[in-house]
Amino acid sequence: MKRALAIMVGAALILLLATLTLVVMPYLQMSAEQVPPDLKPYTEQQQRGRQVYIANGCVYCHSQQPRDPSFAPGDKARGWGRPSVPGDYAYDKPHLLGTMRTGPDLFNIGARQPSIDWQLMHLYNPRAIIKGSIMPSYPFLFRHVEEPAEGDKVVNIPPPYGPESGKIVATDDALALAEYMLALDHTYPAPTLPKRQPKSDQPKE
Amino acid sequence: MTPTIAVLLIITFVLSTVGLLLLIWSIANNQFSHGQAAARTIFSPGEEGHSEDPARPSDLPFTGDNSEQAAAIEARWAADQSSRTAILTWLSSSVFWLLLGSFFGLASSIKMHFPEFLAASEFLTFGRVRPVHLNAVTYGWASMAGIGVALFLIPRLFKTSLAGGKYAVLGGFIWNIGLVLGLSAITLGLSDGEEWLEFPWQVDLLFVVGGALCAIPLLLTAANRQVEHLYVTSWYLMAALVWFPILFLIANLPFAFPGASGATVNWWFAHNVLGLWVTPIGIGIAYYMIPKILGRPIISYQLSLIGFWSLALFYSQVGIHHLIGGPIPTWLVTLSIVHSVMMSIPVITVAINHHGTMMGNFGRLKDSPTLRFVWIGALMYTVSSLQGSMEALRSINVITHFTHYTVAHAHLGMYAFLSFILFGAVYFIMPRLTNWEWPWRRLISLHFWLVSAGILIYVVSLTVAGWKQGVALLNAAMPFLDIVKMTLPALQARTLGGALMTLGHLVFAFHFIAMLMRHGAATEQPTLFRPAIKETTQ
Ligand code: HEM
Ligand code: HEM
Repeated sequence: MKRALAIMVGAALILLLATLTLVVMPYLQMSAEQVPPDLKPYTEQQQRGRQVYIANGCVYCHSQQPRDPSFAPGDKARGWGRPSVPGDYAYDKPHLLGTMRTGPDLFNIGARQPSIDWQLMHLYNPRAIIKGSIMPSYPFLFRHVEEPAEGDKVVNIPPPYGPESGKIVATDDALALAEYMLALDHTYPAPTLPKRQPKSDQPKE
Repeated sequence: MTPTIAVLLIITFVLSTVGLLLLIWSIANNQFSHGQAAARTIFSPGEEGHSEDPARPSDLPFTGDNSEQAAAIEARWAADQSSRTAILTWLSSSVFWLLLGSFFGLASSIKMHFPEFLAASEFLTFGRVRPVHLNAVTYGWASMAGIGVALFLIPRLFKTSLAGGKYAVLGGFIWNIGLVLGLSAITLGLSDGEEWLEFPWQVDLLFVVGGALCAIPLLLTAANRQVEHLYVTSWYLMAALVWFPILFLIANLPFAFPGASGATVNWWFAHNVLGLWVTPIGIGIAYYMIPKILGRPIISYQLSLIGFWSLALFYSQVGIHHLIGGPIPTWLVTLSIVHSVMMSIPVITVAINHHGTMMGNFGRLKDSPTLRFVWIGALMYTVSSLQGSMEALRSINVITHFTHYTVAHAHLGMYAFLSFILFGAVYFIMPRLTNWEWPWRRLISLHFWLVSAGILIYVVSLTVAGWKQGVALLNAAMPFLDIVKMTLPALQARTLGGALMTLGHLVFAFHFIAMLMRHGAATEQPTLFRPAIKETTQ
């Protein structure tokens, strides 16, 4: 039993130390990072749109983290924006950095496609705008009505993608999500760039 | 940032020192000098040189040459039976989640080249089906099967009966409730939003409780242990069962880590689920099954201990290689890359032991289903890990990071390595628990060939396409949509491979249920007690 316990305690100790280096230290360092003065907190509607983004798992195909052009030249050249810095994410709870680019990076989609009509149409059916896109359509974020009521946001879908008759109107979720897309605009200058730090490359152990 | 880096250096120094002390401790405590004696603890007296594989067509099990040896075998049979209810709870659940996860994986795969497939319902949109797949196969299949096999191995390794098995049964029920609630939450759009941590944190508490309930029988059984040596498999299993609850608890602390530091915690956790949870379970099982089936001890017990502690030291710090190029401090990324490369040390030591023990016995792959699954799994552990070490280098990762290449690597690890080993273990364990033989040996073959062909197609197509995708993404002259079109054939091939794998799982599940229902031909005696004809082994 003594030996078994020693193994378990040793294993736990190693993990706790790794937690110090990979969890506590980065947290201390990054939470001290300056928040860019031009970064605005999300509005209530944008925050709701963010929840729609989470609920429908957009993160599994889209990243939100353009890389440094000196490291990965494609990102900036595709118009995805300057490299992001920790401060850019100050209001992101939880983070949505993503690890796949089945679709393009969205960190600056609000600057690239600033029209809410474009955003809504694209959500209703991406192929109505981009032939050959493999992004799913999100019809359940829209309602199909014969006559739009007062205050309904009508989305004009080009044939043959729209309904035969009547109109497509956006739900509150769709509007919130589109507003969140427009809020993804990090084209302001980042105070902490360039953030080349001395590398601590020395192999250890 | 200089003070931070200074603190970092101090911490890594402390870390290395602790590792060194642990190593010295194990040497001082004679963990090393016993060497090969410890490697033999998995055999009962006189058993060495005899194969044990209850799933083998014409296996003639060792029943002891004299009364003392026969008594030891009989005691082991009693130990196997002691854990039966607990193991069956965990294994049957895992097979169910494997099937469910496979269907969701297949659906995700189809959706990626046929986006209108099941797109009308919000509950079946890609972004919900995919996390259901990941969580069902990780926490349902891999984790539950892993715990089930651990519950089988622990009494065997300690040469005693499982004590407190009812806690493990209860834990299994709670774990299943957690899965049902968690997967439903994702389907309803209530995900917590971070990859590998999608289950709402309230639900996650159920997993912590369920897992902790499994620790009780582990501790009780360890306290009763009848062996002097702790075989290396028990090191891995004990450590994994300690690590998982700690990880799961810290990573799920609600809203503790915002923004970019949340990303580091997220990936610290996600890689630790792989490195400190499913990997030690998989390696530990292989460390038991390979020598047991061959009837010969692993070639170097010393190496296996070095492999264990270096895995603990290095694997716990590789998580940030999932964020290379991301908005986080450079030192952190570098630290993880260095450790990723250092991981080749445990990987190579494990490889020497697993494959070295196999040397000269490859002929056994033909007739032993368990060995075939387990050894191929062990081989794919070597392959996927060496691939992973390369993938963590900045120059490679800049290409592969955001592509299907990563998904291919993920399945090489989680499937070709881990799931194969789990399949092999289930084939070994079930006859021992049910005292029944696998009714149709051909179905085992069919299962093997379906999943092997499937995973081969899956990994090869996505590896090639993912690499091309990554190279093209770096070159802005190629329009994004052209890249998407370029990857389409590989995504379709993945659906083919995935369909074969799913078929294989159906065969496996059918056979498993047949076994539970005692289908097929009954044997006159429990598997272990068939006519005692001494086996001739090489
Ligand atoms: C020495 C061992 C290993 C190293 C250094 C390693 C390294 C890596 C790297 C660099 C990535 C890519 C991260 C990215 O670009 O986004 C990755 C992804 C992954 N690896 Fe490994 N790997 C190793 C072994 C394994 C094993 C044994 C398994 C399975 C049990 C595994 C499962 C995965 C999975 C599932 C992912 C995808 C995670 C995600 O994006 O959700 N790896 N690994
Ligand atoms: C039955 C056949 C299977 C199919 C068709 C399949 C398909 C898929 C698909 C389509 C994805 C999403 C990839 C993406 O988002 O780009 C995925 C992800 C994943 N699957 Fe599977 N899968 C299968 C079996 C399994 C099994 C049995 C396991 C584990 C034991 C597994 C582990 C994973 C993991 C860890 C990921 C996340 C990869 C990442 O984030 O990089 N899969 N799978």
